[in-house]
Amino acid sequence: MKIIVGVKRVVDYNVRIQVKPDGSGVVTDGVKMSLNPFDEIAIEEALRIKESGKAEEVIAVTIGAKACQEQLRTALAMGADRAIHVETDEGIQPLTAARIFKALCDKEAPKLVIFGKQAIDDDNSQTAQMLAALSHWPQATFASEVVIDADTASVTREVDAGLETLSVDLPAVVSADLRLNEPRYVKLPDIMKAKRKPIDTVSISDLGVEVAAGIKVLKTTAPAKRQAGIMVETVEQLVVALKEKGLIK
Amino acid sequence: MERESMEFDVVIVGAGPAGLSTACRLMQLAQESEQELMVCVIEKGSEVGAHILSGAVLEPTAINELFPDWKAMGAPLNTEVKGDDVYYLTGESKGIKTPNFLVPKPMHNEGNYIVSMANVCRWLAEQAESMGVEIFPGFTAAETLYNEDGSVKGILTGDMGVAEDGSHKDSYMPGMELLAKQTVFAEGCRGHLGKELMQRFNLRDNVDPQHYGLGIKEIWSIEPEKHQEGLVVHTAGWPLDNHTEGGGFLYHMENNQVALGFIVALNYSNPHLSPFDEMQRWKSNPKISQYLEGGERIAYGARAVNKGGLQSVPKLSFPGGLLVGCDAGFLNGAKIKGNHTAMKTGMLAAETIIEALKTGDIATKELTAIETKYRTSWVYDELHKTRNFGPALHKFGTLLGGSFAWLDQNIFAGKLPFTWHNTVPDHATLKPAADCIAPNYPKPDGKITFDKLSSVFLSSTNHEEDQPCHLRLTDPSVPIQKNLPLYNEPAQLYCPAGVYEVIKDAEGADKFQINGQNCVHCKTCDIKDPAQNITWVTPEGGGGPNYGNM
Ligand SMILES: Cc1cc2nc3c(=O)[nH]c(=O)nc-3n(C[C@H](O)[C@H](O)[C@H](O)COP(=O)(O)OP(=O)(O)OC[C@H]3O[C@@H](n4cnc5c(N)ncnc54)[C@H](O)[C@@H]3O)c2cc1C
Ligand code: SF4
Repeated sequence: MKIIVGVKRVVDYNVRIQVKPDGSGVVTDGVKMSLNPFDEIAIEEALRIKESGKAEEVIAVTIGAKACQEQLRTALAMGADRAIHVETDEGIQPLTAARIFKALCDKEAPKLVIFGKQAIDDDNSQTAQMLAALSHWPQATFASEVVIDADTASVTREVDAGLETLSVDLPAVVSADLRLNEPRYVKLPDIMKAKRKPIDTVSISDLGVEVAAGIKVLKTTAPAKRQAGIMVETVEQLVVALKEKGLIK
Repeated sequence: MERESMEFDVVIVGAGPAGLSTACRLMQLAQESEQELMVCVIEKGSEVGAHILSGAVLEPTAINELFPDWKAMGAPLNTEVKGDDVYYLTGESKGIKTPNFLVPKPMHNEGNYIVSMANVCRWLAEQAESMGVEIFPGFTAAETLYNEDGSVKGILTGDMGVAEDGSHKDSYMPGMELLAKQTVFAEGCRGHLGKELMQRFNLRDNVDPQHYGLGIKEIWSIEPEKHQEGLVVHTAGWPLDNHTEGGGFLYHMENNQVALGFIVALNYSNPHLSPFDEMQRWKSNPKISQYLEGGERIAYGARAVNKGGLQSVPKLSFPGGLLVGCDAGFLNGAKIKGNHTAMKTGMLAAETIIEALKTGDIATKELTAIETKYRTSWVYDELHKTRNFGPALHKFGTLLGGSFAWLDQNIFAGKLPFTWHNTVPDHATLKPAADCIAPNYPKPDGKITFDKLSSVFLSSTNHEEDQPCHLRLTDPSVPIQKNLPLYNEPAQLYCPAGVYEVIKDAEGADKFQINGQNCVHCKTCDIKDPAQNITWVTPEGGGGPNYGNM
């Protein structure tokens, strides 16, 4: 069986995000970019499934500009067998991403598609669900454990009430939560080997996908700065202070 | 334990200007002589540039030699220096502009470029990779490996996935041996392997101790009408007294940004001095704040520089390896410029290695030819001319010493027939805290001046939390029992990232706390601790600051 893993290039989680002066988005020039951490978990899970003998091939897929190949190389260095780069310089909305994955699934016929549960840049958490809908495949999101058994997958999800276990028929779409696994460190020889692994580059039009434009970003602003606090000595002072701010009557 | 290993012809430690220039020059020469060469560069930052912090006004001498058509190749040298202001600050709100003819010659900047050295390094890395160099960011050279005959055989990369108590986590990955015929150490100022090599091979015999400064830097995005792309501003004087060397810089880069910073010489004597607070209050002088008001601070970082110059350059070769760039100490202290000399000495190392390869096996050999190459290069000339600059400031204070520097550089062009020495190492200059007055640093205003923690936040520093502390104390009792009573434990003040704190434990006793995850890898503690009790070692690879365009 084949596993497709969706990976995204995002601003590194350590970087302090800066909003562009014109409010059109966040600064990504000269900023450290990385593989979305949840996608790293997704790759790790696919590799573990393959290493347990239940899959033959792991394919990493990304959509984005040329520079995204760096993240594909990371996925290849972790152990993915090959990669597909859907090249575009445009910002991609979740529906377009899902359509692209649908087109690739039609071509590659994977039994399992794994995504990170969300990308840490726009936190949409939609691509996996939309792909499941477009493909009429079952979905199991926010997975904290995945067990593959011939034609089904048993997926444990973290829900408010505790843990929920679903059994889904394959092919299926799974999205990875934080506790699914701890991704491996990449080894130096594997980084060298990854440079020789194949990356197929295709365009959105090659795949015959229609670009969705349903969402328009109106404005991006930085969160309001926190006001300095004041120290009060007594409950009375606290009440006075809250009244002054109009927070209580 | 049996470790995995990989073999290369040359392993280079550090993807700074020195290491990357070594790599590029090696490949150029190998291609010219149609030789196959396996070269790798190992870099502790999470990506190339993540740990690079410089001014920077770049003298294009070395890059002109390395890539004569760098412009056409798209090197990020976009802003030519267009103006050069030098101020002597006389107080909190005052400063005088020094007429051009009174400025010591090495401080002139015509023909130079204002750059982000981190971006220049990223560009150099691209060139190196396109010529076949393997670059491994996110991996540290944790230890030097030696052959039985004592020669260097390569390096060991740091283990990953080790918990704070030393146990192995699930993700544990043992370090790998990277073996090489020659290992080039390009770790920059106060490299931790370089330090050990100097001791082991007695490379510092008969040279002066190295002298250092701590540079603290910020990048601001300023109001377009205040921005003058290409303007270079330097200041001397306030807030430092006449016994403390140092000065400020402010460079107008591209995109309405300015890079500004303040360097304090680490031979300061007052243990109450805080380089961080000096830097913050320096910005409040109108000569500096005029540009910053209404702007936004977007980045912060710090890094030590070695400014001992000619008298402090160690021996460069030892069996199996070479020292280049600031790991050896080629910064020109009169200009506080070391990028061009770092690049050039890297290139000299490459030339030395390729020439030696032509004559036979170079594994375990000591390539002493680098010494002659250095002595006949412009790096030596330049350092020789400015050799008395630092010691003069040290001997006579910044005012009189500065006047000497002017005479020496502008009238005698550095040719006076004597050489002064400064033989007191920087860790031995502190006076007892009780004999010194604590400066009265103003509270940060949150607009121009800031506190330490909000500053460190802007360096995007991160270390995996559960790992052994990478700041090692030889004797854990020294900070509280010796440094605290005598010097008020100066680590609390000199560390620009607030890593060291003296706090009270549950019983109310003093306790020395190390917040290692905040460390920006500046190396000051390793240099300045009066007891030389702190050793900086490499943390897990990829940890540390994540500088963008520093
Ligand atoms: C505030 C400030 C302002 C300056 N201004 C200027 C200026 O205007 N012009 C100028 O020419 N120079 C300037 N300099 C000096 C200049 O930055 C240095 O001379 C130059 O960076 C030295 O280059 P290098 O390659 O030797 O070392 P570095 O630039 O320090 O690079 C060393 C690299 O090696 C890596 N490394 C170190 N140890 C290890 C290890 N054990 N394992 C793996 N990787 C490791 C580091 O992460 C780093 O990336 C300034 C310096 C400072 C601090
Ligand atoms: S702990 Fe040492 S190396 Fe790290 S930031 Fe502080 S002084 Fe610099």
